[in-house]
Amino acid sequence: MLFFYALAAAAVVTSLLVIGQRNPMHSVMLLIASFGALAGLYVLLDAPFVAVIQIIIYTGAILVLFLFVVMLLNAPREDVPEDAARRLRLHGPRRVGAVLAAVLAVELGWAVWATFRAGAAPAFEQGEGVAQAVSSVRRIGQVLFTEYAFAFEVTSLLIIVAMIGAVILAKRRTDG
Amino acid sequence: MRAGARFPPTGGSCTTDSRVTVPISDVSITVLVQLGLVFFVFVMLLLSAAAMVYAERKLAAAFQQRYGPNRVGPRGLLQPFADVLKLIFKEALRPAGADRVLFIIAPIISAACAFAAFAVIPFGAETTLFGLLAEPIKLQVADVNVAILVIFAIASMSVYGIVLAGWASNSKYSLLGALRSASQMISYEISYGLALAAVLILAGSLSVAEIVDAQAGYWWGFLPRWFVFLQPLGFLIYMTAGVAETNRAPFDFPEAEQELVAGYHTEYSSTAFMMFFLAEYINMVTVSAVATSLFLGGWNGPFLPPWLGWIWFLLKVSVLLFIYIWMRWTLPRYRYDQLMHFGWKILLPAAVVNLIVAAAMVVYLGA
Amino acid sequence: MITLNHYLIVSAILFATGTAGVFLRRNVITMLLSIEIMLNAANLALVAFGRYYGRVDGQIVVFFVVTVAAAEAAVGLALVISLFRHRESLDPDAFTRLRW
Repeated sequence: MLFFYALAAAAVVTSLLVIGQRNPMHSVMLLIASFGALAGLYVLLDAPFVAVIQIIIYTGAILVLFLFVVMLLNAPREDVPEDAARRLRLHGPRRVGAVLAAVLAVELGWAVWATFRAGAAPAFEQGEGVAQAVSSVRRIGQVLFTEYAFAFEVTSLLIIVAMIGAVILAKRRTDG
Repeated sequence: MRAGARFPPTGGSCTTDSRVTVPISDVSITVLVQLGLVFFVFVMLLLSAAAMVYAERKLAAAFQQRYGPNRVGPRGLLQPFADVLKLIFKEALRPAGADRVLFIIAPIISAACAFAAFAVIPFGAETTLFGLLAEPIKLQVADVNVAILVIFAIASMSVYGIVLAGWASNSKYSLLGALRSASQMISYEISYGLALAAVLILAGSLSVAEIVDAQAGYWWGFLPRWFVFLQPLGFLIYMTAGVAETNRAPFDFPEAEQELVAGYHTEYSSTAFMMFFLAEYINMVTVSAVATSLFLGGWNGPFLPPWLGWIWFLLKVSVLLFIYIWMRWTLPRYRYDQLMHFGWKILLPAAVVNLIVAAAMVVYLGA
Repeated sequence: MITLNHYLIVSAILFATGTAGVFLRRNVITMLLSIEIMLNAANLALVAFGRYYGRVDGQIVVFFVVTVAAAEAAVGLALVISLFRHRESLDPDAFTRLRW
C-alpha cells in the first residue's frame, strides 16, 4: 500500500542522511524523522502500542538525551576535505569499513531474496481476530507479566544500574 | 487503514436530490466528515487561544484591581486580534549565526505538538448531526485505542520545540532558558505519566473515549461518577505536572522576565514568537481538556441531553483554565532548584504512592 | 500486497545503514546514533515476525530492546561526556593511547 512505501522510503532515506551529516545536531533531527517513520510502520503492522512506546521512549527521551549531550559538548564538526574527489577517496580503516558494510548489505539482501525465490511470498494473516489480538494492549500486558515476568523485573534492575552508572560517569571530579 | 478501503470510492449510491437527507456513499462522506471535524477542531483551538489571551489579561486586571484592555472593540473583546495583527507586522529577525533550518523548525514543532494532542480528546457524545449521517460519529478526531499514550507521546515531543529554539538562537539566555525548561519538562513528565497510569488502572482502558464513558452515571443518585472523587490526589498531581509541563506559573522560571530576559524565545519575533505564544496557550487548553476527560467526566453532565454534552465539556475546561490563570497571577514563582526538588522528591513519590493505592483499590474493592 | 519480505528488506537496509555509519564515521556521537539505527532495524524485524505468526511476543521483546537501548544510550553518552572532558575531542582515533 501507499503508506508502507512512503513510510519505508522516509525511514531509509532519513537513516542514510543521518550517517552522512557533518553536523551532529542535524543527524539527531533526521533520526527523529526516521524513528517517526518507523512508528508509522509499526502502526501498519497492527502494533500501535509499540509505535507509541517508540515515540515516547526513543524520540521523546533517548534522542533528547543525545540532543542535550550534543548541545553541552558543543560538538565540533568533523573536518571534511574540501574537494569532492578527496572526500570520496577513503583510505585505511575507512576503506575496509566501507567494504565490510557493502558486503553486509549484499549478504542481507541475498538472504531475504532467497526466501522470495523459495516459495510463495509469506503474507500476513488477514483474519480479523488476529489483528485485534496482536494489537490489544491487554493481551500484551497479560503475556508480559506472566511469561516474561522475570525479564521485566531484571529490566528494572538494569535501568537502576544504568542510571547510577550514568550519573557517576558524568559527574565532574572536583578532587583532581 | 484497512486493506480493503478504496479511495476514491468505486461504487455506492449517490443521491440525485440533495435536499433529501439520505445517507450518501459511505467512504466519501466519512472522509468529508473527518476533514470537517479536523477543521472544526483546529478553528476552535485557534479561537480558544484568542479567548485565552483576552481572558488572561482581563482576569489579571481583575486580580490587580484595574481595568484590563477596554479600548479595542466593546469591552476590549477584539484585543487578541489586535495583538495578532501587531505581531504579524513586526519585523522577523534572525540572529546571525543562528542555524537557519532549526530556527524555523522549532516554533513549528511547538505549535504542531500543541494542536496534535487534541486529536484524541472526545468533546461530545456520538452524534448523527441531526440525522444526516447513516451512523453516528464520535466527536473526536481520532479514536485510537492507545489514546492516553498518544497524549503522553506528543507531550514528550514538545520538548524538542523548546530545546531547538534555545540552541538555534545562538544566544546565552536562550540556551540557558531552553535547557532549564527542557529539564523541567522531562522531570515532570514522569509524574504526569504516573497520574495518567492511575486513571488507566481505574478505567481498564487506554482509550479516552472509553474512559469518558466509564464516568457516566451517578453514585447514590446525585454524585457523578467522576474519577476525581476516586483519585483526588491523582487529579492534583496531574494538574501540577500539567502546569509544569506547559511552563506556566508558578513553574515558569525558565521564562521569568526578571531572570532570563525571555528564556528560549528571547530571539524570536513576529510570527515565530506568535507560534510559541499560541503553542503555550493551546498546551494549556489541551492539559485542561485531558484533565476534564480523565478526571471530571468529559462531556457527561446533568440536566442536558447527551447531544449537548459539549456544553458541559466547555464549562469544565473553562473552569480549569480559570484556575490556571488564577494560579499565575496569585502565586509566587518557584526558583529553579526548588522546582526540581519539588518535582523529583515530592511529586514523584506521591504519584507512585497514588498509583499503588489505585491498583490496590481495584484489586481489593473491584471498583 | 505487502508481505513479510517487504518489512524484512527494509529492516535489512536499515541495519546495513547503521553498520556503515559505525564503520565510516569519525564522531563518537554519530557512531552511537548508528547503533540506535541498528537496534531499530532489529525491532522492525521483530514486530514484523510477531505479526506474521499472529503473536504478541514480537512486541514484548521490542519493549525490552527499547529499554535496553535506553540504558545503553544513557551510559554510552555519559562515557562520551567523560571522555570529552579529558581529550576535548570526539574522534575515536584520539583515544588510541592507553594513558589517561
